[in-house]
Amino acid sequence: MKSIVNYFKEIFFGLKSLVTGLRVTGHYFTHPKEIITQQYPENRETLKMFERFRGEVVLLHNENNEHKCTGCSACEVACPNGTIEIIHKRVDVDGRKVKALDTFVYHLQMCTMCGLCIPACPTDAIVMANTFEHAVFDRSKLTKVLNNPGSKIMDGIK
Amino acid sequence: MKWLYDFSYLTHAIHKGLSERFEPGTVVILEMVMVGVAFMLLFAVLGLVLVYAERKVSAVIQQRLGPMRVGKWGTAQTLADVVKLLLKEPLINKDADRFLFNLAPFVIMIAAFMAIAALPFAKGLHAIDFDIGILYIAAVSSLGVIGILLAGWSSNNKYSLIGAMRSGAQIISYELSVALSLLTIVVLTGSLQLSVIVESQADGWWIFKGHIPAMIAFLIFLIASTAETNRGPFDLAEAESELTAGFHTEYSGLKFAFFFLAEFANMFIVAGIGATVFLGGWMPFHIGTWEGFNAVMDFIPPIVWFFGKVGFMIFLMMWFRWTFPRLRIDQLLTLEWKYLLPINLMNIVLMAFLSLMGWHF
Amino acid sequence: MEETVYKELESEEYFINMGPQHPSTHGVLRLVLSLDGEIIRKVEPHIGYIHRSIEKMCEHDSYQQIVHLTDRMDYLSCHINNEAVCLGVEMGLQLEVPERVKVIRTIIGELTRLSSHQLWWGVMGMDLGAITTFLYGFRDRELITDIFEETCGARLTMNYNIPGGLMFDIHPNFQKRTKDFITYFKKKLPEYDDLLSNNVIFRERTLGIGNLSKEDAISFGVTGPTGRASGFSCDVRKHHPYSAYNKVEFKEILRTEGDCYARYQCRIDEMWESLSIIEQLIDNIPEGPYKAPTKAVIKLPKGEFYQKVETARGEFGVYIISEGQKSPYRLKFRSPGFSNLSALNHMAQGCKIADLVAIMSTLDLVIPDIDR
Repeated sequence: MKSIVNYFKEIFFGLKSLVTGLRVTGHYFTHPKEIITQQYPENRETLKMFERFRGEVVLLHNENNEHKCTGCSACEVACPNGTIEIIHKRVDVDGRKVKALDTFVYHLQMCTMCGLCIPACPTDAIVMANTFEHAVFDRSKLTKVLNNPGSKIMDGIK
Repeated sequence: MKWLYDFSYLTHAIHKGLSERFEPGTVVILEMVMVGVAFMLLFAVLGLVLVYAERKVSAVIQQRLGPMRVGKWGTAQTLADVVKLLLKEPLINKDADRFLFNLAPFVIMIAAFMAIAALPFAKGLHAIDFDIGILYIAAVSSLGVIGILLAGWSSNNKYSLIGAMRSGAQIISYELSVALSLLTIVVLTGSLQLSVIVESQADGWWIFKGHIPAMIAFLIFLIASTAETNRGPFDLAEAESELTAGFHTEYSGLKFAFFFLAEFANMFIVAGIGATVFLGGWMPFHIGTWEGFNAVMDFIPPIVWFFGKVGFMIFLMMWFRWTFPRLRIDQLLTLEWKYLLPINLMNIVLMAFLSLMGWHF
Repeated sequence: MEETVYKELESEEYFINMGPQHPSTHGVLRLVLSLDGEIIRKVEPHIGYIHRSIEKMCEHDSYQQIVHLTDRMDYLSCHINNEAVCLGVEMGLQLEVPERVKVIRTIIGELTRLSSHQLWWGVMGMDLGAITTFLYGFRDRELITDIFEETCGARLTMNYNIPGGLMFDIHPNFQKRTKDFITYFKKKLPEYDDLLSNNVIFRERTLGIGNLSKEDAISFGVTGPTGRASGFSCDVRKHHPYSAYNKVEFKEILRTEGDCYARYQCRIDEMWESLSIIEQLIDNIPEGPYKAPTKAVIKLPKGEFYQKVETARGEFGVYIISEGQKSPYRLKFRSPGFSNLSALNHMAQGCKIADLVAIMSTLDLVIPDIDR
């Protein structure tokens, strides 16, 4: 007798647990307002990444096309993956030959966005930008030159 | 507009028009072709609508939007998918049994076509009204498993084979429960003919008239028919987390589309049977002596009632699928043989007793 | 007589390659199954499909650079992995980090554990066929990744720790966001129970499946929630407290059954514990610097250093052998996934394929963690 009671009890509680589950999904089915999907390309205008989001390394330029990079290669050393390549040139400053930045090469395809280069920079010349749409049709486009053509170092940055 | 409430006007008109022009033999053949084309179109439309509905229902349940890109609200998404499937390369395994491999999807579709022929869609809209309708449907709807077994065997893939064997064990078991739960209502109607069953529900649906046993039978039917269509939580034959895709792992392109379509067609068929037997088929919903209410309900055409009820049943199945985890194969068989079948048998006896005492409405 | 009948009915075993591409191996794990019908006779895991020789790479990197590599091992508990390396280096330098750093590390570590368990819960449901749980798990996890993104700058591979402290201070919104998340998640966590824990199908699928006794757990080195579900008290946070774990009160979740359901319940309970740990700390973040001053080039003294932490999967150890150079002579990671996987064959024997999937998902494997 007891086993028969248990048999029906089992069925009852089993069905009850199923109904509890159905209630949860049913709740969301009847509340379409709670949908959390964001439609990405459409919401580009309003989509704003958090300010600290690490998207890619950029070399900051001011309105006079000047940057702060001295070409010291600290970021190149700090980078674990060889993402950054600094090519130097020698310039005459007060009759002395001084090391300066010629080309700041950034291999986006190798970058892991670890952000170690940012604190390594002694002059705060580079920052992490918020951009995240990095897809291109050609791999070679991912190798970027960060200093603008014709740019030069800001005055007073050593 | 009276043909909307009784399709026999329409069908008789067509028959008359054809008989005036052709020989009786040609008329029969022409009518058969017309019915066949109509069902093919119905399946195509069903596939498109149900796949879209499934994706939208699951999306809303999961707090997503579902397809939104192709057409307004993604309505043309399934159409785009069909085009994609048609253009895909139909791959065949090197060591597959090519004949059986190609045959399997058709077997499944044929089973679905045979079953849908016996469904009464509306008054007078009934391809063939067998006097053993329920028996016929129970027999034919289990033919589909042959297609699944063929697919699993001929693919030369162990996952497919396991899926097919599971499906075989599953459908053979659950066939019983489906048939027995339908028999519970047959006890009341005294007829296996589907049109008679529908007519007998003019004053109320069997799920209400038959008291508790009918409700139990409906519940069992719902569980067993979900299992018979290989849908979650009984989708062991596919079980994508265990067997990648089960019996249709090796299928691609159009043949895969057939399996996919057959799943939804079968879902429609079992929902149609459930609606016909338990929920009054195309009969409108009436409440006792509320004349005004009943008149409003009568105003809605029967075909809308039928598709509404089928839609409700299909929604229930989708709701189940997107809520529950999957059973294991031995639990599936335990559920059938230790729970559903004994309860079903008791239920029939109870129903027979009720019917004998005249305690139903 | 019976024996002869059995002999005649005896069937041949056959093999199935489950993986490396399979929906429920959670990555590129390959399992060679010996099957008798649906019954599993033997499971042989083949690993190495995502081996990236991280340990070797560490021998060439500076100590600051090593940290970001550990993000990519067990990516679901990346912060805790980072912490392990940083703690190891700090141990070598005998550097005392500020209290603020310890508390923030603990909070973010617990958030990481929560997010990992949320993902595991979703995937567990999906492995058992309830696809909806996957989306619900990710829905709640999204809020934690938002917190991470705002404070640490990335959603998954955060690299927030550096030897000596943190990369930058917490974001001003951090506390508010975390508190909002806690109130939100306390409402959603009972939903997890409604959908899976109490569900009769789920209970049938997990109760009594994949049993692992305490002795076996110890001898296989199974740690984390998987080991604690077998009664093996192995919570590093409790036994060897690091960061701020000695300041908070929390229970070590122990169960004795050792089956899939116990492992499942263990993780669900851990989520409640993590919530309570965060609640205790979130309003008590001490003021102070966010990092201790270190030299630009860190050179560890000659010697061997071992630091272990509790990740979402179990005990994660970092063993540094230093020759006094700026990169380690040898660095060994003791990853929990590798040891937990070793018990799979023991647990899965005699089960069905469907059970294997359940066992796999309760082991909560992350394949890059196993291969490194």
